[in-house]
Amino acid sequence: MREYDVVVIGGGPAGMAAAIAACDGGAKTLILERDVRLGGILNQCIHQGFGLHYFKEEMTGPEYADRFRKEVEKRDIDVMLEAMALAIGEDRTVTALSPEYGLVKAKAGAIVLAMGCRERTAGAIALPGTRPAGIYTAGMAQKLCNIDGYLVGKEVVILGSGDIGLIMARRMTTEGAKVKLVLELMPYSSGLKRNIVQCLDDYGIPIKYSHTITRVVGSPRIEGLYYAPVGTDRKPILDNEQFVSCDALLLSVGLIPENDLINGSGVEMSPVTNGAAVDENRMTTLDGVFSCGNVLHVHDLVDNVSQEALIAGSAAARYAKGELKSGECVNVAAKDGVRYALPQRINRGEGKVRLFFRVDNVYKGVRLVVESGSKTLSNRKFQMLAPGEMGSVDIERSDIDGDIVVRLEK
Amino acid sequence: MNTICIMCPMGCGLKIEKVGEEIRVSGNTCKRGEAYGKAEFTHPVRTVTTLIKLEGGGVASCKTDAPVPKERVSDVVAYIGTLTIGRDAKIGDRLHASLDGLETDIVITGTPTSGC
Ligand SMILES: Cc1cc2nc3c(=O)[nH]c(=O)nc-3n(C[C@H](O)[C@H](O)[C@H](O)COP(=O)(O)OP(=O)(O)OC[C@H]3O[C@@H](n4cnc5c(N)ncnc54)[C@H](O)[C@@H]3O)c2cc1C
Ligand code: SF4
Repeated sequence: MREYDVVVIGGGPAGMAAAIAACDGGAKTLILERDVRLGGILNQCIHQGFGLHYFKEEMTGPEYADRFRKEVEKRDIDVMLEAMALAIGEDRTVTALSPEYGLVKAKAGAIVLAMGCRERTAGAIALPGTRPAGIYTAGMAQKLCNIDGYLVGKEVVILGSGDIGLIMARRMTTEGAKVKLVLELMPYSSGLKRNIVQCLDDYGIPIKYSHTITRVVGSPRIEGLYYAPVGTDRKPILDNEQFVSCDALLLSVGLIPENDLINGSGVEMSPVTNGAAVDENRMTTLDGVFSCGNVLHVHDLVDNVSQEALIAGSAAARYAKGELKSGECVNVAAKDGVRYALPQRINRGEGKVRLFFRVDNVYKGVRLVVESGSKTLSNRKFQMLAPGEMGSVDIERSDIDGDIVVRLEK
Repeated sequence: MNTICIMCPMGCGLKIEKVGEEIRVSGNTCKRGEAYGKAEFTHPVRTVTTLIKLEGGGVASCKTDAPVPKERVSDVVAYIGTLTIGRDAKIGDRLHASLDGLETDIVITGTPTSGC
């Protein structure tokens, strides 16, 4: 049995930042990563746009990962690669399997979950029609293209306007493929506005909002698909069905936090984020188990992932040393257009807490109001809020006067 | 001209007008947006990110060290597609490229073994 103050599960941007903060907080720290290297999803995101907030410079995914990797290497942090965490025991013992070390058992003073998320697949969205070859999740296509140098098709249709799909529309176009169409079920994009501009508009790729696939045809390989507009009930209007030929279909229809390790452990989960419910230290309802990054809630900006992971890592170090005091908590609820707010619980005390939130539709010129008991903690005007973009507001903990409600006001 | 600033995820809606000799940008939240709006109006530029072949197989990722004129993006991608670099390439390595009046450095951003 190995013993550590902090064991971090997952070595993506979240895991690396958490480990750095834990180590800087004086904790003996281990990272378990199932891949052959650190960096997580960033290794395959070769486009620009990372690090503007955190490093104040624009870089690509692999470069952003490399900065953190070097910080990890500088420190006395144990890293086990190709080590897949399999289970977390009640006494915070993590069991992992690795070709190099065999079955590993590590007893942890505190655990940080940083396993990231996976993409929704054709099964998860009940795609109608045959199941030919040529259907990929956008992230899978990204990995094949950017790590293995293999282009998945020449004539491409993309379902869903998530950021990964938009980025891949541009990527495949510059590599010589023709991206014929992007279909989005909702009347708005679930991706960032800048990605609509620089990935679709720049290349004249059409996007049809309020449209979906009605049938996929072809066997053994995809030959095309039928699509149609949807009504207000989001059901396709079959009379207006149209056909488009293609040899690849990419799905960019959402991400799901990869929480298999704690599902069924009795930890409180948020039905909206599909991640754990946490306090401002990112501690779950399991004592000493913290969560950060995409396994906690899906982020659109890695900069926010790093920030969140630093909070979780340093709190984990303090927990392991017995210095993290949990006091009386208030609950944070979301309503009136706010889909969720995180953290879901806040300990009463001193100092600022940043609340992250997402809205359920596109809103223009609205106020985001944060109330606690009889007090208003924040009341801020936003020119525009969209579901694809996570927002944040700061509140003072000393102002807390009871349970907190985060809502929109016209 | 109306567009959206792509310099950061805020995605501010920009309005760009020519008033006399001066190009005026409004709707931006910061200076980067003003510079972007002016460039979009006069001569749009983009940073290119793509892959470069490694000797003996495999690919590394790379970018131009500065944005290039938007209409030259496909030239630059095609040119990089003809190059092959050594397997010992590291993040930050540079190659100079000159193609038809365009001078730019290509910077390696990731390799199959970075972080191994
Ligand atoms: C396909 C895809 C593309 C994306 N593209 C972008 C983008 O272009 N720009 C952007 O800002 N964001 C992008 N994102 C969001 C991006 O995931 C986050 O910005 C960031 O990478 C999340 O960091 P993370 O550390 O939480 O997760 P990840 O980067 O996913 O890292 C999680 C790590 O945990 C490891 N792991 C998981 N389970 C275990 C286990 N049981 N045992 C050991 N290790 C485990 C994984 O191997 C992985 O290395 C993308 C996400 C996906 C899924
Ligand atoms: S104007 Fe500034 S804040 Fe707005 S999108 Fe551009 S860079 Fe971001």
